[in-house]
Amino acid sequence: MTLDQIIQSLNLTVVTEPQDFASITPSGGYTSDLLSCVMAGAKSKNIWVTIQSHANIIAVAALLDLAAIIITEGAEPNQATIQKANEEGIVLLTTRMQSYETVGRLWELGVRLG
Amino acid sequence: MDQEPSRFKGKIITDQMAEDITRVEELAYDLRISEVMTRDVATLSPDQPMRDVLEVFRTVRISGAPVTRGNELVGIVSIEDLIQCLSKADLDAPVKNYMTTQMITIRDTDTVVEALKIFVNLRFGRLPVMDENGQLVGILTKGDVTRGILKALQKDYQEEEVRRYRARHLFEDIESDRTSLILRYNIRHLDFTHGGAASSQIKRALIRLGASPKVARRVGIAVYEAEMNLIIHTNHGGIIRVEIEPHQISIDAYDDGPGIKDIELAMKPGYSTATEAIRELGFGAGMGLVNIARCMDFMKLESSEETGTHLKMKVFLKEEDKVGEGYAATKEAAA
Repeated sequence: MTLDQIIQSLNLTVVTEPQDFASITPSGGYTSDLLSCVMAGAKSKNIWVTIQSHANIIAVAALLDLAAIIITEGAEPNQATIQKANEEGIVLLTTRMQSYETVGRLWELGVRLG
Repeated sequence: MDQEPSRFKGKIITDQMAEDITRVEELAYDLRISEVMTRDVATLSPDQPMRDVLEVFRTVRISGAPVTRGNELVGIVSIEDLIQCLSKADLDAPVKNYMTTQMITIRDTDTVVEALKIFVNLRFGRLPVMDENGQLVGILTKGDVTRGILKALQKDYQEEEVRRYRARHLFEDIESDRTSLILRYNIRHLDFTHGGAASSQIKRALIRLGASPKVARRVGIAVYEAEMNLIIHTNHGGIIRVEIEPHQISIDAYDDGPGIKDIELAMKPGYSTATEAIRELGFGAGMGLVNIARCMDFMKLESSEETGTHLKMKVFLKEEDKVGEGYAATKEAAA
């Protein structure tokens, strides 16, 4: 399942600069709003579902080499966060869905642990 | 020009076939004529005597040249034409009497493989190169193609060398009795804006110095947690010092207070002293020190309310695949 298929199916909003989403295949998914848990649990190239939208999520995603972050419940990352994401090449996606539904939809698409 | 379809066009390339494609073949499909052709072309006019051809070939050391009238390509004269002329002792005759007018030209944007097909199938030794407006922009010989491919291979080789250099161990080819590089970062209290900057920079530096991505990731995670601890839990922030040596990476995080009251408790997964406001940002999971222990091969936490906290961490590079047992090491040291 490539990132462009995920973006389309879940009707996600891309807030960072466009990339070749068709060439990105997340290795699996992870969800938590506690950054240290993400540090411990998320694997390289995972797609991370969280309600956190402040700039520190970018540092976490960059350190873990995550494929993308989905920010849920309509939370909007500020300009500094978006800019930092662009600098680090991190894909930021937003949705009005709750984390629970987002994860469920990802699971249905075949995005599992990994 | 009859465009014979390429060997690979429209075919499904199997792994076996892909392996059989040599880099030279690949380059022939990649390189454009304009990248390998000779641009400064000696041209002749159709009305010049063949004597001039002899002179040009001798001085420029070439064996063929295009013949132009104004900007228009009208023929090509080669050493074979000159020999014919010499055998008839006819050097005063104009070039147009001996030149070849049936020419095959090639476009500057074509790939080298198109030229190779012509060289193989026809007896031409050189091809005039035309741009999109039909203007002569260069000439192409087999020698140009060989040189161009060799140059491209040389570039490949150099890039490969650089890659290989980067993939080796830390400081592998630097000789000294003790090699080390020290990186220092000042971390300010409550500076969430720059949170993760030091760890990102350290991770990047390690990759550049030749550390494996796995080691760089482990160090990145540990430094991130130490960095956030300094941002969240200190009076005035602190310092992160990283010493990189060929056999180990040592990370030290210092601060001047307030100190940790109960280290044993602080090491417990889920235990945190973070405020509600900090927790709302996603920090204070009580997993920071636990994460550090997991990522490092050695970890020691010293703290007092007088001098502040000193967190020592190490990754040993000799057993690169060993996942950190820092907590265990600390316990052993304490025992």
